[in-house]
Amino acid sequence: MATQEVTMRVWRGDASGGAFKEYRLPIGEGMVVLDVIHAIQATQANDLAVRWNCKAGKCGSCSAEINGKPRLMCMTRMNTFKPGETITVAPIKSFPLIRDLVTDVSFNFEKAKTIPPLRLKPKEADGTRRMFQEDIDRAQEFHKCIECFLCQNVCHVIRDHEDNKKHFAGPRFFVRLAALEMHPLDTNDRKQFIKEKAGLGFCNITKCCTEVCPENIHITDNSIIPLKERLVDEFYDPLAWLFRKIGGK
Amino acid sequence: MEKNSLTIDEVRTLRQDLWWVEPLLVVVVLGSFVVYTTWAALQNAYYYAAPYLSPFYSPCLSTNCAHVSLPLIGSWWNLSPAILILWIPAGFRATCYYYRKAYYRSFFGAPPACAVRDIARNYTGETRFPFVLQNMHRYFFWLASLVVVFLWWDAILAFRFPDGFGVGIGTLVLLVNAFLLSLYSFSCHSCRHMCGGHLDTFHDSPAKYRIWEAVSRLNEHHMLYAWISLIWVALTDLYVRLLSMGVISDVRLI
Repeated sequence: MATQEVTMRVWRGDASGGAFKEYRLPIGEGMVVLDVIHAIQATQANDLAVRWNCKAGKCGSCSAEINGKPRLMCMTRMNTFKPGETITVAPIKSFPLIRDLVTDVSFNFEKAKTIPPLRLKPKEADGTRRMFQEDIDRAQEFHKCIECFLCQNVCHVIRDHEDNKKHFAGPRFFVRLAALEMHPLDTNDRKQFIKEKAGLGFCNITKCCTEVCPENIHITDNSIIPLKERLVDEFYDPLAWLFRKIGGK
Repeated sequence: MEKNSLTIDEVRTLRQDLWWVEPLLVVVVLGSFVVYTTWAALQNAYYYAAPYLSPFYSPCLSTNCAHVSLPLIGSWWNLSPAILILWIPAGFRATCYYYRKAYYRSFFGAPPACAVRDIARNYTGETRFPFVLQNMHRYFFWLASLVVVFLWWDAILAFRFPDGFGVGIGTLVLLVNAFLLSLYSFSCHSCRHMCGGHLDTFHDSPAKYRIWEAVSRLNEHHMLYAWISLIWVALTDLYVRLLSMGVISDVRLI
């Protein structure tokens, strides 16, 4: 198997401080960045902290910033880099650093707890609830989310403005909220929540969440903007308000 | 800790690619368009070369227009008639979901590129004035759709030469302009929402569902339509302007 030497700059440190440390090692054909990190861990830095699980792009554990771009380490092939290029691997920036490449992503789990859940319509006369394919097709995309939190990490609303974390849910949860709001059997109204608690208005739709999504979910076009339009219907469109009043809704 | 120790937050970006090229291009192209359009709108001259009307002046609403589309405003209006109309496409593009991405990144640096730190220290997004007004995009969509109708009318009139039916290069230029602006307008995210995106159940509204599907397909290319329609509309004005000034001559194809 063809091998070549590669230079990796890996962040070593914790919340109090740290630095990039260089490692040179041989790599083989077909390796991904996570393989190389594991090789460093096995041969040169046994105490290197890295979170991973499936190595198949489905568990969302190995999120990192590779050459400054938020990506999954297990889905970033080494042959996508130029030969001789030094590859920088840093922890995702938006969450508190625990050690080396591992961050504390519990912010996301706390936000998840605040989302108003699905509230189903009553059953039909025959005791069933029916959904039709065209109604669930739209939300199917949102269920691909693997919760790698790369979208949360890259979102500048919290990445560069820590104080926004308390009133901004982030793109991952806008995807979740869109899936619930567009659910054909749901009766819960989350518009007030989306505006006031989830802080959708903070999003300025610069689409970085979409760019980094490893599942290619069209986060901005298919969840954030449709939610923004629903908020316009409810809070900002005087004609829509008038029609609702006339229609008695 | 080592001597060169730092926290990861201190680094502005670790990106090594040419991330600044895209915002720079947007500043150059969008900035040039705004400068040219403002200049052309304030000229109040060389916007009609029979049978072609510049899209920057269409529909021409004042009676002192060189080519009146709809005489809504009397001759008391002695400023450029473009001022009466250009705020509509300007507002439509300024509040457009795609252009918002483009100019927030390029002109406001919020953020300049993905994983590159924001320029401003404080950030409130679209929660406060003036950016909360972005929520009026759908109103600009309706108004811009009316303008598109007039642009198609202008394209039809571009077949009517003093000697009868004909087709010139200008006819094709105006037709392409109306077509591209239609693509841009009807691929709009607000249009997509109002056509059916607001529904939770498509099953009960099959016609809306089909329209939503069609608009969704167009919407995937909204950015492309935004740029090519922007460039083409400026070139259309330039073509009519140069014809009107006598710098170039139209070529009759039929």
